[in-house]
Amino acid sequence: MAEPATATQAAAPAVPQLKDELDIVIPTIRNLDFLEMWRPFFEPYHLIIVQDGDPSKIIKVPDGFDYELYNRNDINRILGPKASCISFKDSACRCFGYMVSKKKYIYTIDDDCFVAKDPSGKAINALEQHIKNLLSPSTPFFFNTLYDPFREGADFVRGYPFSLREGVPTAVSHGLWLNIPDYDAPTQLVKPLERNTRYVDAVLTIPKGTLFPMCGMNLAFDRELIGPAMYFGLMGDGQPIGRYDDMWAGWCVKVICDHLGLGVKTGLPYIYHSKASNPFVNLRKEYKGIFWQEEIIPFFQQSVLPKDCTTVQKCYIELAKQVKEKLSKVDPYFDKLADAMVTWIEAWDELNPAGASLANGKAA
Amino acid sequence: MRTPPSLLSLTIDSAVINLSNITDLSPLPDHILIDLFLRTLRAGKLTERVLKLFIATGKDEVHSLIQALNIQVIVTPVLPTKIKDDEIDIVIGAVSSDMTSFLNEWRPIFSRFHLIIVKDPDLKEELKIPEGFNLDVYTKSDIDRVVGSSTSILFSGYSCRYFGYLVSLKKYIISVDDDCLPARDNKGFLVDAVAQHITNLTNPATPFFFNTLYDPFSEGADFVRGYPFSLRSGVKCALSCGLWLNLADHDAPTQALKTRQRNSRYVDAVITVPARALAPISGINIAFDREVVGPALVPALRLAGEGKFRWETMEDIWSGMCVKVVCDHLGLGVKSGLPYVWRTDRGDAISSLKKEWEGVKLMEEVVPFFQSVRLPRTATTAEDCVVEVAKAVKEQLGSTDPVFARAAGAMLDWVKLWKSVGSSSSPPGV
Repeated sequence: MAEPATATQAAAPAVPQLKDELDIVIPTIRNLDFLEMWRPFFEPYHLIIVQDGDPSKIIKVPDGFDYELYNRNDINRILGPKASCISFKDSACRCFGYMVSKKKYIYTIDDDCFVAKDPSGKAINALEQHIKNLLSPSTPFFFNTLYDPFREGADFVRGYPFSLREGVPTAVSHGLWLNIPDYDAPTQLVKPLERNTRYVDAVLTIPKGTLFPMCGMNLAFDRELIGPAMYFGLMGDGQPIGRYDDMWAGWCVKVICDHLGLGVKTGLPYIYHSKASNPFVNLRKEYKGIFWQEEIIPFFQQSVLPKDCTTVQKCYIELAKQVKEKLSKVDPYFDKLADAMVTWIEAWDELNPAGASLANGKAA
Repeated sequence: MRTPPSLLSLTIDSAVINLSNITDLSPLPDHILIDLFLRTLRAGKLTERVLKLFIATGKDEVHSLIQALNIQVIVTPVLPTKIKDDEIDIVIGAVSSDMTSFLNEWRPIFSRFHLIIVKDPDLKEELKIPEGFNLDVYTKSDIDRVVGSSTSILFSGYSCRYFGYLVSLKKYIISVDDDCLPARDNKGFLVDAVAQHITNLTNPATPFFFNTLYDPFSEGADFVRGYPFSLRSGVKCALSCGLWLNLADHDAPTQALKTRQRNSRYVDAVITVPARALAPISGINIAFDREVVGPALVPALRLAGEGKFRWETMEDIWSGMCVKVVCDHLGLGVKSGLPYVWRTDRGDAISSLKKEWEGVKLMEEVVPFFQSVRLPRTATTAEDCVVEVAKAVKEQLGSTDPVFARAAGAMLDWVKLWKSVGSSSSPPGV
């Protein structure tokens, strides 16, 4: 039986790694009570809160955290007309946090995710594990059957060519969830009681050329390496689709990482996901996505980026072009999405001119 | 204001609804045909009969769509099935003569099954085998009799186990090295490696899209949000590659550097190795569907200094890459992960390294070769595929190192043997 760790069990590390180089981005529409449980692990870090929904509501941030908070009014003010690319009434709005951050690394987590326990009962410091994943290389060109060779107690197996053992820089660390698993609506409806209790003690690199469903609940990435590709799309209010924001970002990110020779890891750390969303509401949101993904997946699987796309932004603009060319005929939504992808890059470049400093921004 | 659908669009929609009445699609112009195909897909009405209708039009665009979407006609249903014990052979290559403790430790798990023990032809001592097993033992004289003494060179050392694959009459083969014992899981229970391998082989594999919760067919797991529904039935799993606790399968340099490192991490997962991703598939603990991929496990790459420790071999790594390429081509799956076996300490990495480091160097050529090899559409069986790979090995690697030219030759010999012996096997001589 999976259970969350209780606050008293959580023991903070002696030296919080990367505390001045990592921002924690949290989208919220309700409250931030969950932060109390994460306090020992998160307190040393700067938070970027993206408040979705009614901007007149006051979201209380627990005392002692250093943060900047942005609501819809702030987003509109900062981006002007470009704010149209940021979703409203959907946690996809979190990508605004990635854009305004001035740090090298981002960790994003949902407000219904708590500290999990490993099989020995110890509280899992998810942030620490994500940092380990990001700071050690990935191995996308050849699959290591003993999983992450850079973990303590592991290594490359016999037959793994030495020329590939240096690995490549890790751009994304995708964590998993105990308790409520990240199922789609049909699966939730069929298996309402299923809980993920299996703790799989592994981190592995997803091979080059293989796509995966990236969940945004427990995700960390190197903003300098891949940030501009982490656009979470147009979801929520006024859009025909929801719950595909992180999926969309994941497919774009993987294609670009494969092209640029960057790595994506999945596996540890686990968090404890406490809230199961309403499957009927989810079905309505995902419905179109379930059909569209049958076309979207082959699109990404066959996407080829030209050699002169040497930066993430160039790759992303090229992808946007391809989306417009090939997916518009699936639904006019993709035409809008392709435009929004371009707007996102424009906004990103405006807010992140080359040579920007690392100090925290302040929500004015 | 929404534009009303065109007459053409309404007609195509009507056609989708009435697909059961349509017997011939060839009069349709290309663009309408493609539109109809996509709408049929979207409506979930692409049955085998309908797919055949589209293929029968002979239009290139339809064909490339089918390829791109990886639509396949499923000939046999991929369902978890109940396997009978007599469909399984356990093949052990005896590289050491005293099998007493090995077999006694495995007795609780192996005693139900038929065992094929193949004695390394180079081994001088008599095999010591405890009572109470249903087994057949093959020795050098049996090997010579069945394949002829000139070809029997294929089966010396660790490769003796391939002879067992050749003469087996069963559908599933499970093979472990003779220095491996049953492992214990995180709860302390003995791992039934046979049962786990069979579970892996009889449940579908999912090579076309990565499931972040690992094997979606295991208890308590499923496909995650974002996993396309059309890919959820999976494909047949042809090979199951297990792992090792204690002495993991590292190469000699690694083990020599980390002399005391032992693998104690029990990772409770089975993963499908994604399509087109290659992995070093160790032969220490494997199982496979002999009927489907038997010929693709080839005893071909024999190192000049090959010896009696795993650090001195690469035959299984070569064989494993061959199998993966063949499986990718034939649309079959390869799984990796559980079950674990306990691999006992044996040998000295440093002396192995001094003696044989060729294997490590060769991998630098082997991997790019297998990553680039492409099989023609006409190769539709494992035998055909192996012949094509052998051809490519000869062309591309033959001149790099004589060991590759020999491997290509061995692969062709193996396919010939498989066709003559493998399809009708003979019992061992007394």
